[in-house]
Amino acid sequence: MANFVLDFEKPILEIERRIAELREFSNSEDMELHKEIERLETKAQKLRLEVYSKLTRWQRVQLARHPNRPYTLDYIDNMMTDFIELHGDRAFGDDPAIVAGIGKIDGIPVTLIGHQKARDTREKIRRNFGMPHPEGYRKALRVMRLAARFNRPIICLIDTPGAYPGLGAEERGQAEAIARNLFEMAHLPVPIIIVIIGEGASGGALGIGVGDRILMMENTWFSVITPEGCAAILYRNSANAPQAAEAMRVTPPDLLELKVIDRILPEPPGGAHNDHVAAAHIVKKAILDELAQLGQLKGEELVLQRVAKYAQMGVWSE
Amino acid sequence: MEWFKRVTPGLEPQTKRELPDGLWIKCDNCGEILYKKELDRNLQVCTKCAFHFRMNSDQYIQLLADEDSFVEFNRHILPADPLKFKDTKKYSDRLRDAAAKTGLEEAVRTGRCQLSGMPIILVAMDFRFIGGSMGSVVGEKISRATDIAIQEQKPLVIISASGGARMQEGALSLMQMAKTSAKLALLSDAKLPYISILTDPTTGGVTASFSMLGDIILAEPGALIGFAGPRVIKQTIGQDLPEGFQRSEFLLTHGFVDVIVHRAEMKNHVAQILSYFAQPAAPGKKIRTAPKPRTAAVPVAKSAKSRTAAKGKKTRSTTERSPRENSADE
Repeated sequence: MANFVLDFEKPILEIERRIAELREFSNSEDMELHKEIERLETKAQKLRLEVYSKLTRWQRVQLARHPNRPYTLDYIDNMMTDFIELHGDRAFGDDPAIVAGIGKIDGIPVTLIGHQKARDTREKIRRNFGMPHPEGYRKALRVMRLAARFNRPIICLIDTPGAYPGLGAEERGQAEAIARNLFEMAHLPVPIIIVIIGEGASGGALGIGVGDRILMMENTWFSVITPEGCAAILYRNSANAPQAAEAMRVTPPDLLELKVIDRILPEPPGGAHNDHVAAAHIVKKAILDELAQLGQLKGEELVLQRVAKYAQMGVWSE
Repeated sequence: MEWFKRVTPGLEPQTKRELPDGLWIKCDNCGEILYKKELDRNLQVCTKCAFHFRMNSDQYIQLLADEDSFVEFNRHILPADPLKFKDTKKYSDRLRDAAAKTGLEEAVRTGRCQLSGMPIILVAMDFRFIGGSMGSVVGEKISRATDIAIQEQKPLVIISASGGARMQEGALSLMQMAKTSAKLALLSDAKLPYISILTDPTTGGVTASFSMLGDIILAEPGALIGFAGPRVIKQTIGQDLPEGFQRSEFLLTHGFVDVIVHRAEMKNHVAQILSYFAQPAAPGKKIRTAPKPRTAAVPVAKSAKSRTAAKGKKTRSTTERSPRENSADE
């Protein structure tokens, strides 16, 4: 993994580097050094808490985009067994920007779908930076319908800067593909759990993001458009993205308050990018908790609750 | 062949207010200078090149609803400013200005009306109000209109004109896409028809939700219809867009629109389609002998729940089924 450091992470990493240095020297029984290391570790811990407790919304957006963050396939590796990826929409092609497949979580058979980003350039291009084409959404729908037929819960991991705005995408009906998924996901009679693991922008995120529970990792964001896109339109300059992120209130606490999401999942110290295994463990536990609750409901009840859940979203006066 | 005849009278003088000042208007497409009264009489369609000028919700309601039959509901649902949003201008100011400029409360109007004598629920968006964008109120009004259509067993007709989801309400606007689509799923489960009419422009989150979910999708000629806006696509791919890209005709060619309908024929087209759906199902025999697999072949989405709901509603076709078949459905 490339070494990628955000500005506000620097002071913490600086201390961590010094701790590592001291450790190299401290093979001996030097008590002084041990004390110093201990002191620095407390300091790092304090600083970490301080920095992460008052992240601005824009810093949160940057963390959500951290190239070392775990992606869908990392979560699959760390929380599922017997996963088999399924490809293709049976109509046009396979979209590598969305991963879909079947497998088990803690022995429970589930269908998992997620946006897939990548870390090296070649792979990033192949995955189209996690921006799906219509065939991606149609593949997702095909696999979800299969899950519904066999009464398997559906897990969707959201991590996209948006659906791809290109010629082919428009020709093949990007809007229709997303709309169809919203429509069908609303009344699939099996539990659907949505976890936002990184970025969640616009219809591109929502196209695999309608469910009974919407969970958000701590350092993620979710909104109607990217902060850059919003800034380009409203401020006529995408450099105003930090202000747009503030104005649109894109972070998990905002969305919990606005009753858009159900729950925030705390990340391992320093963020999910510091510990993929721990991050996956947190997500896995949350999924199992929610499944235990949703599993009590019949298909019809699930659908009614789901539609009612979305019906109450929004703020208006009357 | 009565649909050749224009059923609606020419638009009344009150629509004059909505047009720019001046007696003459230049056609955006062919450059012809048009006499405004002539354009009014011609449903805002260029007399030379048939270019369709944009119309507001009043004009569309007049176009489709039988005279004086439109009764608006839910006008009391008003926008709030849940995010206290501010860019170069406060959202609350934007809302106030839009209301003052247009005399509307929001970017959509919903109500009951008759269309060629058939009772329907009509939804008309209005592009003049913050680009017809969908925030909480637009989503809520469309959702409630859909609820009413289900309660009253009426077809739903939505005329879309929108730049997409409204940024000033952030994720709340995004969720309206899911909300309206979820309600339409219930409408579909209740076996009621939904006709979606796409006008210039229909883009973004509106296209990617209720607009593209019509059982029948009609479009006015030359309307811009798409997910991403042309400017964004152009920036992304770094080249000019092909001629006619994202226009109604392009969508028809690619299979996303059923029919492109000239404005003067729109009402008759909708009436014809509605009467097709409204006609009672063909007499018993065919339905009774319908083989069981028909149910299994229905997409998963039409769950057991939806079938029970439809049964409860006593649509003609369900009541005509034999009791045995009804119970086999459960």
